[in-house]
Amino acid sequence: MEKTWNNRAWFLVLPVLLLVAFSAVIPLMTVVNYSVQDTFGNNVFFWAGTEWFEELLSSSRFWQAMIRNLVFSFIILAIEVPLGIFIALNMPKKGWGVPVCLVLMALPLLIPWNVVGTIWQVFGRNDIGLLGYYVNALGIDYNYVQDPYDAWVTVIIMDVWHWTSLVVLLCYAGLVSIPDAFYQAAKIDGASRWAVFRYIQLPKMNRVLLIAVLLRFMDSFMIYTEPFVVTGGGPGNSTTFLSIDLVKTALGQFDLGPAAAMSLVYFLIVLLLSWVFYTVMTNYDAER
Amino acid sequence: MARIDVNHIRHTYLQNPRTDADFALKEVHHTFEDGGAYALLGPSGCGKTTLLNIISGLLHPSHGQLLFNGRDVTNLSTQERNIAQVFQFPVIYDTMTVYDNLAFPLRNRGVPEADVDRKVRETLEMTGLADMAKRKARGLTADQKQKISLGRGLVRSDVNAILFDEPLTVIDPHMKWVLRSQLKQLHRRFGYTMVYVTHDQTEALTFADRVVVMYDGEIVQIGTPAELFERPRHTFVGYFIGSPGMNVMPVAIDGKTAKLGSQQIELPGVPKAGGGAIELGIRPEYVRLGSQGMAVRVSKIEDVGRHKVVRANLEGREIAAVIGEDETVPADPKVRFDPAGINIYADSWRVEMGA
Repeated sequence: MEKTWNNRAWFLVLPVLLLVAFSAVIPLMTVVNYSVQDTFGNNVFFWAGTEWFEELLSSSRFWQAMIRNLVFSFIILAIEVPLGIFIALNMPKKGWGVPVCLVLMALPLLIPWNVVGTIWQVFGRNDIGLLGYYVNALGIDYNYVQDPYDAWVTVIIMDVWHWTSLVVLLCYAGLVSIPDAFYQAAKIDGASRWAVFRYIQLPKMNRVLLIAVLLRFMDSFMIYTEPFVVTGGGPGNSTTFLSIDLVKTALGQFDLGPAAAMSLVYFLIVLLLSWVFYTVMTNYDAER
Repeated sequence: MARIDVNHIRHTYLQNPRTDADFALKEVHHTFEDGGAYALLGPSGCGKTTLLNIISGLLHPSHGQLLFNGRDVTNLSTQERNIAQVFQFPVIYDTMTVYDNLAFPLRNRGVPEADVDRKVRETLEMTGLADMAKRKARGLTADQKQKISLGRGLVRSDVNAILFDEPLTVIDPHMKWVLRSQLKQLHRRFGYTMVYVTHDQTEALTFADRVVVMYDGEIVQIGTPAELFERPRHTFVGYFIGSPGMNVMPVAIDGKTAKLGSQQIELPGVPKAGGGAIELGIRPEYVRLGSQGMAVRVSKIEDVGRHKVVRANLEGREIAAVIGEDETVPADPKVRFDPAGINIYADSWRVEMGA
């Protein structure tokens, strides 16, 4: 059969091009546009060049928020991943316990983020909060509104409560896909409980764990709603993460230029890290 | 190596079994001799894997005892029984090299590293995996992975038995032959007690010295491949073994003759059948097609290469006959039954024939 050569096929990809243009490219370009200009309102703009980027990268406020955010992501990963694996390993594999556990695990994931924030905001209060009141009653001085350390603890526990389930469910999915024969063979080979985990369960969970780490890192790196509701970024700036800082700059101070520059840098960091994860995962697959 | 006595073992997966039908294994009583190569043959769901898992200790039988060399091991763990098992799907430790996979069972048992190295190298030679010892196990083909599974059993020289649970299911047909003959060689060289579960009669008959045929939770016959072929103890064995299976037809017995509809068939002796439903079984290989005997209507001729299978209708019943590759079906076909191949069954169980 003779093939027809023309460029009409491009019309078929036109709808998706338009959609992506309106949903992503054009908004992104507006941000790029803002990031190189300055404005004093009235829709009057002045060329600013790379000024905002230079200012941003030399501002200690940005780097502090960045460091806070990285430390936060690191801590919640260090808690949620091992805890998630541990819970998944101890969940029942059959019987009535399976649906019960799955529903319990899914509950925190189904709650809207600002509701999670509100729950913990109230829960941790000294006067009416169940947690805050009794912790203080035990003689421990706890006040997330005034003490930066307590604020961090609250935000971290909240994130662990909210998101460990995701790691659990992903790991559980990896675990139940392991055929019984593997455990039987391990018994016959005389493997210890630790050896079974190290050589059977962990390798089989490897892929889902990578996905879990990626998702949890991205989410925690972009976290906004829950700490905003609980602490509002305070006390002081102690829980001001990148996205909270960004919103303060863009909407609080209406500094469109610096905020746009920050958005772009933020976006590039997320893009870079996604690319690193993607490369690691595909290399891992190729090795298989 | 060990002699394995399966002592009146019954097993059910249910909590409160009521009838015999609730038992996956009705009652099995059998001795696997030391150094024997056995096949457990039967259709899916007949209880053969259950029996295997009871021997290896992955299942605890509901009733009965298991003895290794006369010692009761019923309550011992899989590890203490010291057996090896190869599963249907290759089980390998993905992240380890081939060498480490084989060393794993020894290291778990705290064997000194020098002995581990010696044993693993021996096993690598035996299984023909020597040139890939340093490779990661996960990149290998299914048959190589299955060899690793086997190797992990062979590496412990003192294993009581090696059990196989349909080990060639996922192997390419041409490799099946290679692996099977390697297994036979290993058996001859080292004299392991081997029990091989399969639903494939070719596999069972080529691998084993003695074949244990199971049906519906029971052992229906134990014998050499020839015995199973010539003298099936149960009509199921007749159907299940042979291709095509045995022809079985209901008959009425009158002394040394069997009546099939209007036809009379001479028997080699007088069946000692008390009563029940009487059937005559004859393998297609013993049905002689020619110009003498009972008239049949031929419905189909299948050329299967080395011989032809003739499907015909005798007294309203389907019957198969095997004829040579060069033989032809006569214009007015008739069949005779070779008396050497006639077996009589009462309620599906074979009865002896007297003079």
